[in-house]
Amino acid sequence: MITLTIDGEEVTVSEGTTILEAARRINIKIPHLCYMDGLVPHGACGICLVEVEGERNLTRSCVRPVQEGMKVYTSNARIRNIRKMLIELLLSDHPTDCFTCDRSLNCELKELASNLGVKNIRYEKTLNQRKKDETSLAIIRNPEKCVLCGRCVRVCNDVQTVGALDFANRGAELIVTTGLKKGLGNSECVNCGQCIHVCPVAAITEKKSIDDVWKAISDPAKHVVVQEAPAVRVALGEALGLPPGTLVTGKMHAALKKLGFDTVFDTNFSADLTIMEEGSELVKRIKEGGALPLITSCCPGWVKFAEHFYPDLLQHISTCKSPQQMFGALAKTYFAEKAGLNPANIVSVSVMPCTAKKFEAQRPEMCSSGYRDVDYVLTTREIASMIKEAGIDFENLPDEPAERLMGYYSGAATIFGVTGGVMEAALRTAYKLITGYDLEDIDIEPVRGMRGVRTSSVEANGMTLRVAVAHGLGNARKLLEEIRKGNSPYHFIEIMACPGGCVGGGGQPLGFDITLRNTRGRSLYKEDKNLPCRRSHQNPAIEKLYMEYLGEPLGEKSHHLLHTSYTPRNGVTDLNEILEICSKRA
Amino acid sequence: MTLSIIKENIKGIETEEEKLRIFCELHKIIETYKGSTGAPIRILQKAQELCGYLPEPVLMLISKELNLSLSRLYSILTFYHFFTTVPKGKYVIQVCKGTACYVKGGQKILDTLKRDFNLEPGGITEDGKFSLDMVRCLGCCGLSPVIAVGNDVYRKVKPSQLKDILSKYK
Repeated sequence: MITLTIDGEEVTVSEGTTILEAARRINIKIPHLCYMDGLVPHGACGICLVEVEGERNLTRSCVRPVQEGMKVYTSNARIRNIRKMLIELLLSDHPTDCFTCDRSLNCELKELASNLGVKNIRYEKTLNQRKKDETSLAIIRNPEKCVLCGRCVRVCNDVQTVGALDFANRGAELIVTTGLKKGLGNSECVNCGQCIHVCPVAAITEKKSIDDVWKAISDPAKHVVVQEAPAVRVALGEALGLPPGTLVTGKMHAALKKLGFDTVFDTNFSADLTIMEEGSELVKRIKEGGALPLITSCCPGWVKFAEHFYPDLLQHISTCKSPQQMFGALAKTYFAEKAGLNPANIVSVSVMPCTAKKFEAQRPEMCSSGYRDVDYVLTTREIASMIKEAGIDFENLPDEPAERLMGYYSGAATIFGVTGGVMEAALRTAYKLITGYDLEDIDIEPVRGMRGVRTSSVEANGMTLRVAVAHGLGNARKLLEEIRKGNSPYHFIEIMACPGGCVGGGGQPLGFDITLRNTRGRSLYKEDKNLPCRRSHQNPAIEKLYMEYLGEPLGEKSHHLLHTSYTPRNGVTDLNEILEICSKRA
Repeated sequence: MTLSIIKENIKGIETEEEKLRIFCELHKIIETYKGSTGAPIRILQKAQELCGYLPEPVLMLISKELNLSLSRLYSILTFYHFFTTVPKGKYVIQVCKGTACYVKGGQKILDTLKRDFNLEPGGITEDGKFSLDMVRCLGCCGLSPVIAVGNDVYRKVKPSQLKDILSKYK
C-alpha cells in the first residue's frame, strides 16, 4: 500500500493506482477529458494536470501512478490557468454551432469550458476543413468536431477489438480516421456505436432517419407500423428525464400512437418467434449432428464482426434472422394479409437501442417479403427526440398495450435486451423441445450478470447442455478462439457486441458506464418476472402465427421468411488463398 | 484467377502473375521480420522498396499477416514522412522550400506546378510521368530557388521556365 497526500489530505491506496483514482477515493474530482472509466488511460488532453511537490513540470494524473510520500496539489493558480488555456486551444478550432449541435445538451467540452471558468478565447479561430465521413449506413463521423481525445480509438481497438478507427499523421496534422481514410462504410466497422457513447462531443453520431419517418407518418397513403426492441423500454424513460432503468413499456406504446404510427406492435413478439426457430435449430443440430456450438444471430454487430474476422466459423451462426428482421418480413406478409393491406403501402419502422440495426435493415438479402422488410430504423435517442419535438408529456401518459397480433410477448422475449437474456430464453424453450416438459426453475442465474464471459449447463433428458455467454466483442474472441482450436465444450453460445448487451447498445441514451447498463438490465428481469407468460413457446400470439400462417418452426415458409445466410467480408478469403499460393511457392 | 485483391491496381505491375510474384516476395519479407521488434516499420520499408510505394493490396496483406488492423498500419505509415501510399512518377521533382529558396520564390514554383500541372507535394501527374516532393534544402542556397528533376538540378528557376524544363523529360 502507498500513502500520499492530495491537497493536504492523506490517502492510502494500492500500488499502481493513478493519482486521479486516488483523488477520487477522497472525493476530489480532478477535471479530465480524454480519461474515461472502462478505457485504458491515454494522457492525451492534459486537462487532468496536477502539481507534485518537488517536480518542475506538471504531471497528468490519469496516467501517473502514486508514489510513497508524494504531495499532490490538484488546484492552484498555475494549474487552473493551464487547464483554461488547454480548453481555449481546443475551442479555437472547434465549430460554434452549439444551438443546432447533436450534443447541445450533453457536450462534455462545453461542460468543461463552463466548469473551468473559460470566459474568453485568446486564440484566433482557425477551423479545420475536414470532411464528414458519410460512407456508413449507420454512423456518421464529423472530424471537424473531433477533439482528438482518442476515446473512440480505444473503445474500438481495446474493448471491441475491431480496429476500424485509429490516429493518423502527426503533430498539427493528427486526425482520427479509418485505414487508408476509406471511411467507416468501407472498413471493418461493425456499427456497434460504442464510439458514439464515448465521444465527448458530436464528432460521432448515428445516421438519422427522423425526417424520413415524419414524412411517412404524415403521408395518408401509407400505413406505418412500428416495432420496439426489448431494451428500448428500459431506456426511453431515461432519455426523457426519468430515472435510469425506469420501465416504460405502456407509455412507450402510447407515445408511439400519439406520434401517429398507424399500428404499434412490439419486437418482443418476434423475439419469441426467434426463440422458436433458434431453439428448434439447436435441437435439430444436436440430434442430427450439425455444426456446434450454435451461436446466436440476433446481434447485427456480432454478425458483421464474424463476417470480417471469423469467416471460417460462419456455419456456427444460427441461420435465424434477428427479431427486427423476422418482424419486418412478417409485417409485409402476415400482417398485410390479416389487415387486408397492400404491402407496397406499408412502411415498416423499428425503434432500436442499436446503430448496427440500421446497417442490418439495409443488407441486400433483407427483402424476403418482396419489399424492403424494414424501411427505417430509429435509435432510442431518435425516438426520444421525436417525442420531445411532438410536445408529448411522456411521464403522464396512460399505459397502453401494443396490438396483440404481433405485439403480445413473453418474459423470455423481454430479457433479449440484456446480455445472457437470449440464452436464458432459449434454454427455457429448448428444454421443453428436448424433454417435452417445462423447465421448472426458469430464472437461470449463472447466465445473468455483467461478467465478460459466463458459462453454465443444464441437464435435459440425461444430456448435459453446455452454454456460454459473452458480451463485448473482445470477450467474444475468447469463446471464438476455442471453437477455432476445436476445443470448445459448448453446445450453444450467445454473443452480443455491446458491453451489457442491447441495454448498452449504440443507440441508447449516452453513457459507457456498465453499472448504468446493469440497472437497465435489471428492469428487464423485473418485467420478465411480472409477466403472465414467461416462455416463448407459450405465447398465444406465436401459437396463432404458426397455426394460421407459418406452419411449423424450420418449415418451408419459416425458411423463406425468417432465415438468412452470411458472407465473408473484406477479401479475407482472397488473402487466405494468396497466402496459400505464397507458402506453396516458398 | 478471380481474387479481387489481384485485380486491385499496383502501379507498374501489369499481369496477374507479376502481382502474385510481388505477393510472394512480400510474404517472404513478412516471414523474415514477423515477431521482431519494430516489425511493421521494417516490413513497410521493404515493401516500399519492392513496389516503389505502398499500394492498398500490399497493406492488406501485411495487415492480415501481422494481425494488425489496417487503420493501425495506416497510423504507423502516416507517422513517417518516408512512407507513401501514392506511387512515385517516372521522374521525381523536388522543389526546395528551405529559407533561402522560399524567400527567392520557391513557393511560386509550387503554386505554378499546382496551377499548370495539377501537381501538389506528395502527388503525381495523371500520366504518371512526374511526382512532386517538397524538400527543405538541396545544399546550394546560393543558387536559389532550386529544383531537381530526377538527378538534374536546376538553379535560379523562374516559374515561367518550368514548362520548358519539364518538356525535356519524355
